[in-house]
Amino acid sequence: MSAPNSNYDPKQVSALDAEAVASALAQALADIAAATDLELLKAARLEHAGDRSALALANREIGALPPAAKADAGARVGKARQEIKRALEERAVVLEAEAEERMLAEERVDVTLVVDDLPRGARHPLTALSEYVGDVFLAMGWEVAEGPELEAEWFNFDALNIPAEHPARGMQDTFFVAPEHSHLVLRTHTSPVQARTMLSRQPPIYVVVPGRVFRTDELDATHSPVFSQVEGLAVDEGLTMAHLQGTLLHFAQTMFGPDAKVRWRPSYFPFTEPSAEFDIWYPQAKGGPRWIEWGGCGMVNPAVLRACGIDESRYTGFAFGMGLERTLMFRHGITDLRDMFEGDVRFSQQFGVEF
Amino acid sequence: MRVPRSWLQDFIDIPSTATLQEIAEAFVRIGIEPESTEVVGEGLVGPVVVGRVLSFVEEPQSNGKTIRWCQVEVGNGEVHGIVCGAGNFFEGDKVVVSLPGAVLPGGFAIAARKTYGHVSDGMICSARELAMGDDHNGIIRLATLGLDPELGTDAIELLRLRDEVIELNVLPDRGYAMSVRGAARELALATGWPFHDLALAIEALAPTGSAVTRVQIVEGADHIVLRTLEHFDPQAPTPIWMQRRLQMVGVRNLSLAVDVTNYVMFELGQPLHAFDRSKLAGDVQVRRALPGETLETLDHLKRALSGSDVVIADPSGAIALAGTMGGLSTEIDDHSRAIVIEAAHFDATAIGIQSRGHGLISEASKRFERGVDDAIQEAASARAVNLLVEFGGAVHTGTAVHDLRSSRTAISLPADAATRLIGYPVPAADMEQALRAVGCQVEGVDPLSVVAPSWRPDLMGAAELVEEVARFIGYDRIPALLPVPRGGRGLTDRQRLRRRLSRALAYGGMTEIINYPFISAADFDAMLLPATDERREAIALLNPLNAEAPLMRSTLLPTLLAAAQRNVGRGQRDLAIFELAMVTTPSRSRAAAPQPGIAHRPTDVELAAIEAAVPVQPERAAGIFVGQRLLAGPLSPGRTATWSDAIDVARTLAQVAGVELVVAAGERAPWHPGRCAALALDGKVIGHAGELHPKVAANYGLPRGSAAFELDLEALYALPGEPVAAQPVRTFPVALQDLAFITPNSVSAARLQAVLEAALGDECEAVRCFDVFSGGQVPDGHRSLAFALRLRAGDRTLTESELSKLRAAAVSAAESLGAVLR
Repeated sequence: MSAPNSNYDPKQVSALDAEAVASALAQALADIAAATDLELLKAARLEHAGDRSALALANREIGALPPAAKADAGARVGKARQEIKRALEERAVVLEAEAEERMLAEERVDVTLVVDDLPRGARHPLTALSEYVGDVFLAMGWEVAEGPELEAEWFNFDALNIPAEHPARGMQDTFFVAPEHSHLVLRTHTSPVQARTMLSRQPPIYVVVPGRVFRTDELDATHSPVFSQVEGLAVDEGLTMAHLQGTLLHFAQTMFGPDAKVRWRPSYFPFTEPSAEFDIWYPQAKGGPRWIEWGGCGMVNPAVLRACGIDESRYTGFAFGMGLERTLMFRHGITDLRDMFEGDVRFSQQFGVEF
Repeated sequence: MRVPRSWLQDFIDIPSTATLQEIAEAFVRIGIEPESTEVVGEGLVGPVVVGRVLSFVEEPQSNGKTIRWCQVEVGNGEVHGIVCGAGNFFEGDKVVVSLPGAVLPGGFAIAARKTYGHVSDGMICSARELAMGDDHNGIIRLATLGLDPELGTDAIELLRLRDEVIELNVLPDRGYAMSVRGAARELALATGWPFHDLALAIEALAPTGSAVTRVQIVEGADHIVLRTLEHFDPQAPTPIWMQRRLQMVGVRNLSLAVDVTNYVMFELGQPLHAFDRSKLAGDVQVRRALPGETLETLDHLKRALSGSDVVIADPSGAIALAGTMGGLSTEIDDHSRAIVIEAAHFDATAIGIQSRGHGLISEASKRFERGVDDAIQEAASARAVNLLVEFGGAVHTGTAVHDLRSSRTAISLPADAATRLIGYPVPAADMEQALRAVGCQVEGVDPLSVVAPSWRPDLMGAAELVEEVARFIGYDRIPALLPVPRGGRGLTDRQRLRRRLSRALAYGGMTEIINYPFISAADFDAMLLPATDERREAIALLNPLNAEAPLMRSTLLPTLLAAAQRNVGRGQRDLAIFELAMVTTPSRSRAAAPQPGIAHRPTDVELAAIEAAVPVQPERAAGIFVGQRLLAGPLSPGRTATWSDAIDVARTLAQVAGVELVVAAGERAPWHPGRCAALALDGKVIGHAGELHPKVAANYGLPRGSAAFELDLEALYALPGEPVAAQPVRTFPVALQDLAFITPNSVSAARLQAVLEAALGDECEAVRCFDVFSGGQVPDGHRSLAFALRLRAGDRTLTESELSKLRAAAVSAAESLGAVLR
């Protein structure tokens, strides 16, 4: 063990004594605690834990101490520095949290400010409904078929067993296309697509046909010269009226809930035999559940199968159709059909993009 | 057709407990829709009795009216003093008196009350007050109805003031139900109530005398019966029950002869016509009208006849438009004593065509067109004769018949036909029972041989017979089964793409509009289309609803522009609307469409010819932007829609379909010639987008700067739709470089960008123009275009020297267009 170095800096040496270390520590802890923001804490760190801090300088002196004193002073200084370091860290956590809190508070905005700078788009509910109807049938394994709106008379009438002298072929119902005897019309129903489908493929056929149709009715609250139908056609072996009814019921219940019901009564259409009209029991009707007339249906007339090249002795088929505007009107409580055709964006915008 | 319950009861035993509602529901079950039901004389309560006006005094009133103060005897010597405002009766007339305590239809209670200085102890009734129809004003004088009842007789019974009427909507295939006989038969089918066919119980005729008008069918009918009558009393009144029934079905009472023909038509469904025999020039024929022939019909219209019209003619020419309306020259009048009743079975098709052709839809033509029983002519005319003999004192002098009917062919009906179609086991015996109930003759076992009844010409094949069986069983007994298709293929590529396109537009902030497809040539002018523009070749309608919009749109823009105008007019300043629909363009063959008939499938050649004649109807998408595309708000200044929005949306549609449109300057109406982009796919222009020509915007009341696009979707639908070939994601560092070029104005940004992309080759990840400016140091006729390049290799980090090389390649490629690096 060597004697104390007489050349030793008394100040530095004195810094190693317990009192001085304790005092430096106390000062450091006080300054750290007093630091009210991260800037002040940084200054405190420099002052008390930096390279030029009292304890750092003291630490450097330890090596010069006699071995016995070395351990003692080392432990004392080390402990003090550890304590300062911990205090700094703890204080930093607190101040950082405070700073973040303050920053977040300052950044507060009025989130209720409307920022719809890109206006919401929408589709016409007839489009959305016709896709929805299509989806219901797609889920049943059916397909969607379509055809032209301006149609040959043969497809619109003859092929559907509506002969030339039938009243429906009069000028009071049908838009005819110039010149006279062009044998072209605006289709009066989606049924020509039935004929087109049967002519293009052999059974089994399960298609649903949404589309726009035309009749010479003036526009008013419940009539429009242009309106939309969705039509179904199934041709397969062994199809019966029971399958027709089952399909309508499933369709109604998928669209309107499990409480929907279907009832039907005999009717007449040239392209079906037997024919029926059907009503649905609409549980969500305004003013309480009620029966609503929905559409027409029947078993495909053998004359139609024959004209379309389907073996009527092997296959039977059923068909049905309903108005989409009418469906929209009762589904959404629309009272005036004109809203659908005036092109006012506010009408479509109520419905969004898809059902 | 309106049918009184009392009349139905002549044919069917309706239980007295059955309500009108139950009857209506039974008709629904059998497929005849009741349009309405009406209780005739609803609320009527007696005493309403027959009285005699003993005397009256006329008393002028200060209000200018003259009332009659009447003494009216109502039986048992009881005399009531009654004030009456009407002046159409005489002392001694028998009238209808409602006495205190009575309530008239509509709730009008009768009580003794003080009026005009008397106590009026009852009321003398008019037809209207008794709900006998609105025809007759004034007091009912019973003598004019041919009635002379005891005083005090209950007038409610006498005048049949109470009944129930049901209005039936008869379907076009059920002409026979346009008669009380047919409706009752249907009701019996629905209910099982016993049915009696009165047509079978009509008294046989025994003509006396020799006068007979003869008849011959040349064409247009297959059965006609003429009954000749003489000594008819043209003044004879129509019996009250017949008047009342005709009133209830909604027909005016005219004269006994005419009332009888109407009555029998409603009762048995056979339209009849009565000719004044003295006005006939001789025997009659059924034939087609001759060239140039004319006929003045009962409605006093002189009609030029066409060669397809069927007429009744005598030697003088046409005297009636067969089954449609009689002629004026042979009309029954107040002096007609000799009458010819005609009952015929005319050709249904011919009557339908001629009644529509002449705009003459009559009760007769409606029945013939829907099909009349071809075996009822004898019975119906006999019924009319009996009524004219009984009530008009006529004598039946002779009958002439011409019968060309062919026998009815039997329909072969497999025993399982009903089960096969209905989906509910129907044993042959049940089928037979149902068909017999309908009136069919049924023989054999399997197949059954079925002869339809004469009143059911609509029963032409097995399917129609099965419908009868189903109706008889009741549709409500058919179960519900879900068929199981063999597995569908989902939407077609076209349908899926259409959905994606329309959703992309809507999710992109546009609103879909559905417009009528009707436009006018004026729209083409408003859109500034040149005279030779192919869109002017629009398909026209023969019978447009609006003469000002007779064309089918060849472009979606005019109707969309009109919709934009309507919206702006309603205060929508900022609009982004679209429509996705077909347009109509000339057919490939420009020929009339063939009509190959339906006896068998048309040949492929015939089908192809139809197809070629149908106008080509490609689908388009079009949109219009007005005002702000991005709305101004607290966080953004907003942005006015411009030509670039229209181009951007069109490009988006192509991108949805997986392709990129080539944008080039274009020139096409209705766009601004300097702000119109031609949008091309594989070198073919498939649409245009840009700013609307200022004149077009003005023509449609839109602000200047409004933009539009129209894109042919068929080109997108025609894309092969192959799956995207995925590229591996490059993970090496990106190198970003900005290059700005002084570029001649003749070089488009797209052109320069395409050249840069080509020059950069595989390492080019993206090139984006981020700045354009001119003026300042940029020489005239030039502008500065700045591009941000993202460069990245797939297998390494690009070195400085590689980057320099790429940059040099880009610069040199730009120079080939005359663009110089700044």
